[in-house]
Amino acid sequence: MATITSEIESSIAHTLPAGDFVLEPLTGADDNNVDLIAVVRVSIESLWAKKMRSFLTMLGVIIGVFSVVALLAVGSGASNAITSQVQSFGTNLVVIAPGSITNRSAGFSGPAQTMTLEDANAIAALNLPLKGVAPQFNGNTRIVAAAADKDAAFVGAAPSYQALNHLVLSSGSFFDDSQVRNAAPVMVLGANLAKELFGSGQAVGQIVRAKDQSLQVIGVLATQGGGGFGSVDDQAFVPITVAQQRLFGARTPDGNGYRVTAITLELVHGEDLPAIQQRIQILLRERHHLKADGSEDDFSVLSQTAFLSTLNSITALLTTFLAALAGISLFVGGVGIMNIMLVSVTERTREIGLRKAVGARERDILLQFIAEALVISLVGGLIGLVLGGAFALAITLSGALTASVSPGVALMAISVAMAFGLFFGIYPARQAARLNPIDALRYE
Amino acid sequence: MNPVIISITDLQKIYHMGDVQVPALQGVSFEIRRGEFVAIMGPSGSGKSTLMNLIGCLDMPSAGRYQLDGVDVEQLSGDDLAAVRARKLGFVFQQYNLLPRQSALRNVEMPLIYRGMPATERRHRAGIALRIVGMGDRMDHRPNELSGGQQQRVAIARALVGSPSVILADEPTGALDSKTGIEIMRILQRLNREQGLTILVVTHEHDIAAFAQRILHISDGKLVRDEQLQSNLVA
Ligand SMILES: Nc1ncnc2c1ncn2[C@@H]1O[C@H](COP(=O)(O)OP(=O)(O)OP(=O)(O)O)[C@@H](O)[C@H]1O
Ligand SMILES: [Mg+2]
Repeated sequence: MATITSEIESSIAHTLPAGDFVLEPLTGADDNNVDLIAVVRVSIESLWAKKMRSFLTMLGVIIGVFSVVALLAVGSGASNAITSQVQSFGTNLVVIAPGSITNRSAGFSGPAQTMTLEDANAIAALNLPLKGVAPQFNGNTRIVAAAADKDAAFVGAAPSYQALNHLVLSSGSFFDDSQVRNAAPVMVLGANLAKELFGSGQAVGQIVRAKDQSLQVIGVLATQGGGGFGSVDDQAFVPITVAQQRLFGARTPDGNGYRVTAITLELVHGEDLPAIQQRIQILLRERHHLKADGSEDDFSVLSQTAFLSTLNSITALLTTFLAALAGISLFVGGVGIMNIMLVSVTERTREIGLRKAVGARERDILLQFIAEALVISLVGGLIGLVLGGAFALAITLSGALTASVSPGVALMAISVAMAFGLFFGIYPARQAARLNPIDALRYE
Repeated sequence: MNPVIISITDLQKIYHMGDVQVPALQGVSFEIRRGEFVAIMGPSGSGKSTLMNLIGCLDMPSAGRYQLDGVDVEQLSGDDLAAVRARKLGFVFQQYNLLPRQSALRNVEMPLIYRGMPATERRHRAGIALRIVGMGDRMDHRPNELSGGQQQRVAIARALVGSPSVILADEPTGALDSKTGIEIMRILQRLNREQGLTILVVTHEHDIAAFAQRILHISDGKLVRDEQLQSNLVA
């Protein structure tokens, strides 16, 4: 016993030179706060110690944030594409069609044949700030050419129709005012239609027959592409007088004038729309002898602005709906965080007990586990954001759409992920913080 | 004579296990003065650990009074108890209770995190504490790279680092062989002599208890003998 003691004595004397190491007494204030950097470091180390598990937990958040970000990027990209496509048809166009909005079956060529050429002239006579007033009469019939025949949509129009709709000719010319006045039997073909009737051969100068009338092709349009209301490339254009008088018989029941299926107006200033719309409404109600007591309009004024705003609100609604669905997967990711945190609290009960035994307060332990939940959701959120951004970039590079992640969306996705992390992290963190130190230390 | 630092009056602790009540402490009274080195001995199940946990503010008594440094501990809130544990007390456990993934240095600096001490100062103090227990050359070792005795020395450094008034050790040598156990007791004895720390050690072994100046004998939850040692082992 004595030898053992002296042996140890000498070994300690060797490593413990007397008086050299003195710990100064600590006289800290009693409300000292925990060192936050150390807390975050401990969270990261705990997560790192269980890499696979932490990653799988994070995966829920990654998928959630990725879906939200990707859907919003593609959604806003699609909505921009639709908007610019619609705008490419001409921004300040207004179409007045027979039939009421609430009875859309009346449409462009429906039975409510209440609008006449006189209405178009009366609108023109108002001297509103318009670039043009273009009445049209549309119909469908078969075109018979030497080599082929084809059912086609005819647009009976005035020469101004060309400029209004940005139609470009690949050969020949559009009809002029005198040809309209004289109901000259001429026509202009859309690019597809010309190809189907004449193949690669020369179309201009050819004579075709429609409704027992001979019509001479005087022009062919360049391919316009794009969607819209029936593709221009498949249409045939004739002077409105030809459509009304020779092809489709558009005389009004009283025999004094001709019906039209639509009147297209181009505004000088888009802002004039409400005023002009109101003025035309008053005029047409008067001309159509509609009572002031509120019988319904027998015509509709369709503007691109109104169409666009409807379209935008639909795409916005759709995008929000999809993003909310993606948000559910973020919620599920949050539940995953809660699950793994509860496991972690159980596993680390002794550690919690130890920390409490050396002086950690409830709030320090709470903070420790909340920090862990936030680290999972922040890192997962950032990875999801990067992946979502990469997805948007890939979509853009593929040429399908221009999809981009706005800073607002990025911020929103990360905040929502962290809010879920906080929400689902608090319960396990409280469980940990409330552990009685001695029970926690004894836990096996 | 030094002032009283621990004053215990008729302290009781009853554990409730379902309907069964286990009276682990049944009215214990004693005083310990600053700078004393006290051993607590008694048979297994006599209530030694229960008493240590109450003195260490890890648990609350069922009845009786406990004053630490003149403060009535029963009156303190959770945060105040945490502050007492952080500032006045240092614990040494039988199973060392080191954090397995962290180095000796980080284990020792850990209590200081909760006092808001900046990292550099924490490390400085932890380094000194480790040198005091003779572990200056093992600071970067993890617990699984250290022997049992070395781990217990790290645990002592952790108890020291906040410069507490009292060190509480519940069977600190229980998991060690007798040679290493005596080594640990030497360190505690030095701290008691050179730094004036008040030390309470629970032990089953007379060899270990012989390092103390006074032995409290506990049996069936009662203090049965308060023994002053005339000549304890002198370094
Ligand atoms: N958490 C608890 N719940 C119920 N009973 C307990 C609890 N802790 C201790 N006891 C009981 O209280 C009594 C005293 O236990 P304690 O751990 O204080 O004994 P001890 O003197 O430290 O024993 P040992 O020398 O074996 O460590 C024992 O009868 C024990 O069974
Ligand atoms: Mg015990």
